[in-house]
Amino acid sequence: MQVTVVDYGIGNLHSVARALERCGAEVLLSTNPGQIEVAQSLVLPGVGAFQDGMSGLREQGLIEPIRRYAASNRPMLAICLGMQMLASVSEEFGIHEGLGLIPGRVVPVPKLTTEGVPQKIPHIGWSPIFPAESVSWQGTPLANVAPGASVYLVHSFHVVPQHDANRLAICRYGGHEITAAIRSGRITGCQFHPEKSGEVGLAVLRTFLAQ
Amino acid sequence: MSNVRLIARLDIKGPNLIKGVQLEGLRVIGDPQEYARRYYEQGADELIYIDIVASLYGRSKLTEIVRRAAHDVFVPMTVGGGIRCVDDVRDLLRAGADKVAINTAAVRRPELVTEVSRRFGSQCMVLSIEAKQQAAGQWEVYTDCGRERTGLDAVAWAKRGVELGAGEILVTSIDREGSRKGFDVALTQAVSMAVPVPIIASGGYGAPQHLLDVVQQGRADAVAFADALHYGRTTVPELRRLAIAAGINVRTV
Repeated sequence: MQVTVVDYGIGNLHSVARALERCGAEVLLSTNPGQIEVAQSLVLPGVGAFQDGMSGLREQGLIEPIRRYAASNRPMLAICLGMQMLASVSEEFGIHEGLGLIPGRVVPVPKLTTEGVPQKIPHIGWSPIFPAESVSWQGTPLANVAPGASVYLVHSFHVVPQHDANRLAICRYGGHEITAAIRSGRITGCQFHPEKSGEVGLAVLRTFLAQ
Repeated sequence: MSNVRLIARLDIKGPNLIKGVQLEGLRVIGDPQEYARRYYEQGADELIYIDIVASLYGRSKLTEIVRRAAHDVFVPMTVGGGIRCVDDVRDLLRAGADKVAINTAAVRRPELVTEVSRRFGSQCMVLSIEAKQQAAGQWEVYTDCGRERTGLDAVAWAKRGVELGAGEILVTSIDREGSRKGFDVALTQAVSMAVPVPIIASGGYGAPQHLLDVVQQGRADAVAFADALHYGRTTVPELRRLAIAAGINVRTV
């Protein structure tokens, strides 16, 4: 299985690439718009600030190729900042436009618990994830994850999809529901890092590759 | 609060995993790769690598060690020791590190903390504070492997570090490191209460109660274990069971 990982000069793509290789994929790291448009399977990684991520994509001329890829109903997995960039708009350091592939806003993780107590931001650590209300993981990259399995997250912002149907998985932080994964068609976004979530994360990648 | 993270800490000198006592009295334990793989398989939530003499001698095999580890370890890796500039950070991240821990260079040039967090995100910038107690409720920051005094107050430096962009703080008690006498709970708590970012407590684990104390009283968000794991005095699953039995939330594996 060949998978193309978008290289736009940001973050942890080597970790992502190695985890995909461990799952049996042949990984192509690419900054090339043409290669990205014809990919069989696409992974959009990313860590860091939203604005920097979108600038990285823009500078490489990758925004339209990714949009065209997404429109073609081929599988795509976006991770952490990559997932946030799927949304329409982000509130991180001002208002910034995203790829707009899944309608929604990127908003801060609440700084207070539901009981009004200050909580640590960024949210760093392992959290159990569960299917969002009336959503099934069948047929998605989470199909082989047991609800309640823990994954690794590190983030200060999260995506609030405009349509509940696009919310695939949630976790809890300070009593708040935090979006852990989103999905539209064959596009999946994970706020958590499957490449850093041990065997659970590798199962997500393996399932993605098999779909 | 998030689940408390149980972290395996690997102190490195040259190519070797070593054990230190108060950051001195080094003793070679073995090949770091073998231990890293073991801790990953045991279910460690994270690994921390610190090249403990890199800031003194300015050379490091860490990048190579991390690159090897990244083939077998699929949990977050924090790497520190001898990092002086943004390019050093980039090289470690490209090798497979997720975060960097910076002590000496941050004290010498605090803007480095800002540069790293702007470039790679604050989640990537772990301020490493190595501190010795001076008086009750007072700790001084040391650099260069516990050799150099800085005159900085650990709690004040932690606050400053967060203002500069640190997203997490690794607090190592030099007094307790390798002592098996328990973590410096007061130091951990003082730092944890002072800053809004997560705290990793390091140095001193010897008995189950020490884990409970540093989380419940010390308010550590994560706890690092070194020679207790290396010498097999405990294991990650045993630590996890201890935490669960005491009502501390940890990852379920």
